[in-house]
Amino acid sequence: MSMHDQPPSGTDEFIKGIWKENPVFVQALGMCPVLAVTNTAMNAIAMGLATMFVLVMSNITVSTLRRVIPRQVRIATYILIIATFVTIVEYVIQAISLDLHKALGAFISLIVVNCLILGRAEAFASKNTVVRSALDGLGSGIGFVFALFCLGAVREIFGAGELFGVELFHDGFQDWVVMVLPSGGFFTLAAWLLVFNALRQRREAAQAREVAI
Amino acid sequence: MSQPLPMFQPVQATTWQMYRAMVGVGLLCGLLIVTVYQITLPVIKRNEAIALERAIFQVLPDARASASFQFNEEENRFEALEETTEGGRLVYAGYDDAGQLVGLAIEAEGMGYADVIRVLYGYSFAEDAIIGIRVLASKETPGLGDRIETDEAFLQNFVRLDASLKPDGTELAHPIILVKPGKKTNPWEVDGITGATISSSAIADMLDRSTSFWIPLVQRRADDFKKGAS
Repeated sequence: MSMHDQPPSGTDEFIKGIWKENPVFVQALGMCPVLAVTNTAMNAIAMGLATMFVLVMSNITVSTLRRVIPRQVRIATYILIIATFVTIVEYVIQAISLDLHKALGAFISLIVVNCLILGRAEAFASKNTVVRSALDGLGSGIGFVFALFCLGAVREIFGAGELFGVELFHDGFQDWVVMVLPSGGFFTLAAWLLVFNALRQRREAAQAREVAI
Repeated sequence: MSQPLPMFQPVQATTWQMYRAMVGVGLLCGLLIVTVYQITLPVIKRNEAIALERAIFQVLPDARASASFQFNEEENRFEALEETTEGGRLVYAGYDDAGQLVGLAIEAEGMGYADVIRVLYGYSFAEDAIIGIRVLASKETPGLGDRIETDEAFLQNFVRLDASLKPDGTELAHPIILVKPGKKTNPWEVDGITGATISSSAIADMLDRSTSFWIPLVQRRADDFKKGAS
């Protein structure tokens, strides 16, 4: 695919989900896992990867079947497809590590109702080719993992004085317990949204200046 | 949906097309789920068995092997199960290298601050006491209630927590009770944790309830657990 094509290139489909249309920081989608299981960097990444797998697989399946699924029954069918991949992820995580499964708890099953996934299936995969849908899912998925990691890392550093379980500060560090509690998720998300909105405003201002010149 | 539909999709789907899509996808999804379940099941079972065995060895530090026993109420005795499995009303016996019984690991549960707390505790016949405890499941508040798992001083309570019976063997000589932090004077008392009163008293309560049920029973049928007894 070349950059001269009228529809955006595959690379664009891939990149947009990571930054410009980041599911968490720009679209504010899928807030339940974002707030609930980002108390450590490891949990955040595991949750992100699980979501990414479901997102990519459901995008591919929905796109493959887009000509045989009538729109009257599309929501029911999409949800069935998504639920199937979530169930698979749940068993695989249980097979990999029981501790990880315990840490993520009910939130693995709740990937079924992550609006990011049904959103991509409905808005993108049902109208685009398999390759583009896979790239779109991969991009949004990486954007989601990135966002969850941003939250998980900050919360683990302040809440436990560690990153990936590695002690960061000397013994005098007093853990900010609030950061690993649910309220810490809201504080951290708000702080990151501030950062991302400030970055966007600065970029838009720069673009406006360029146009003016 | 306000967007125009792609050309290739007929706007008016026939009944057959709708059935075909839903039943077809359902069939495929069903196949996929059952296949993955069958593949992962043995691995998950093995993981669970390893986790349980690790927990048993932690609460019975001298144990090198374990076996599950179920209490048969009709015959009033403990029966060995084929393999180490997790389930209701089971006790796990731990043996040392020589095959000698070192103690029992028993599960107890009770309501904590956030949700049900499940623990596994080790009981030693020789010491007549609880000699170790491990939290299997808890959703207690991080930094406060979850100190039941990490607080060194609290865990010291269970290095040797008296669970001896009255001479007639029908009930505990002294109930296991929670006392204020640092006020423990008797071997059957549990020092609480400041800031985690509910969580630490939940542990003491569930141990008291579980030991008053199990210890008279296992003491009476202690021979059931000896290797080669069943």
